[in-house]
Amino acid sequence: MIYMVAGLFLVMIAVAVSLIFVKDTVGVVIVGSVVSLVASILFVFMSAPDVAITEASIGAALTLIVFLIAIARTVGKER
Amino acid sequence: MRKFFSFFLILGVSFYFVGLVAPVKLSDSVSDKGSVGSTVLNGFVQETGSSNAVTSVVVTYRGFDTLGEVTVLFLSALGLSLLLSGGILKDKKMLLHSFILENGLGLTVPFILLFGVYVILHGHLSPGGGFPGGVIIATGLFSLVMTGIVSFKGSLFSVIEGLAGLSFILLGLIGFFGKGYFLANTLPMGTVGNLLSAGIIPFLYAVVGVKVATEITGLAEHSFLYSKKED
Repeated sequence: MIYMVAGLFLVMIAVAVSLIFVKDTVGVVIVGSVVSLVASILFVFMSAPDVAITEASIGAALTLIVFLIAIARTVGKER
Repeated sequence: MRKFFSFFLILGVSFYFVGLVAPVKLSDSVSDKGSVGSTVLNGFVQETGSSNAVTSVVVTYRGFDTLGEVTVLFLSALGLSLLLSGGILKDKKMLLHSFILENGLGLTVPFILLFGVYVILHGHLSPGGGFPGGVIIATGLFSLVMTGIVSFKGSLFSVIEGLAGLSFILLGLIGFFGKGYFLANTLPMGTVGNLLSAGIIPFLYAVVGVKVATEITGLAEHSFLYSKKED
């Protein structure tokens, strides 16, 4: 169990580090929500399923949508 | 150079979090006897009739706090609608038209909505509850808005949201007049594990779910589709 949690931590860190190397704005947002998704799996292993559901629905889904709205509304104004 | 700097920054922050979590024991035993946590864990089933400890804390032991959270959500929606008020409907090219998206959403959105309702209604039995279930429903509804399949009236949503917030307070007042304090669990408990059990909890969570779903859908639709005239 502890190896599973440690492995998920490493995956989360790797995804977070890989954010630096993504060039696309939309790609950054999507990879950022993957971090939240891994975090929600981690919460399940740490026996907190309530937090996991909230993290998956808010951190992974709703935040992604809000950021995509912001990108869609400001596209072309960046430069 | 900047990349390496941010790399080491992330590495440092992640090691900090690992250090925070590492001493946590992965076991079910409650080690600290006599604290609030063990008191709640030992007595919540008899006191609240819910089989989910987190729900019993959020809705009954800390029910007033939940009312505050709902108020915070309402105030943020109010602030955003004040900022965006007087907007006009944008032209339809904002909508994401795509064959795969429209047909795929037609297939998946009913299941998303059903899952959201399930999460809300089983909040006192299994993990979940009003807040995540409402967000799941809002995600489903908003993906419909985003493709232009349906369009909701913003004013109707605010009316439903206001009614939901009002009925939270009314449910609290039932406890006030029945047992003497706000949000008291006066309704019959039922059998632990049934859908209609735990007294006031399922109703409170249903109200919270409706409020969160309408609030976030209206908020997202408003910020997505409407804009100031200058744009």
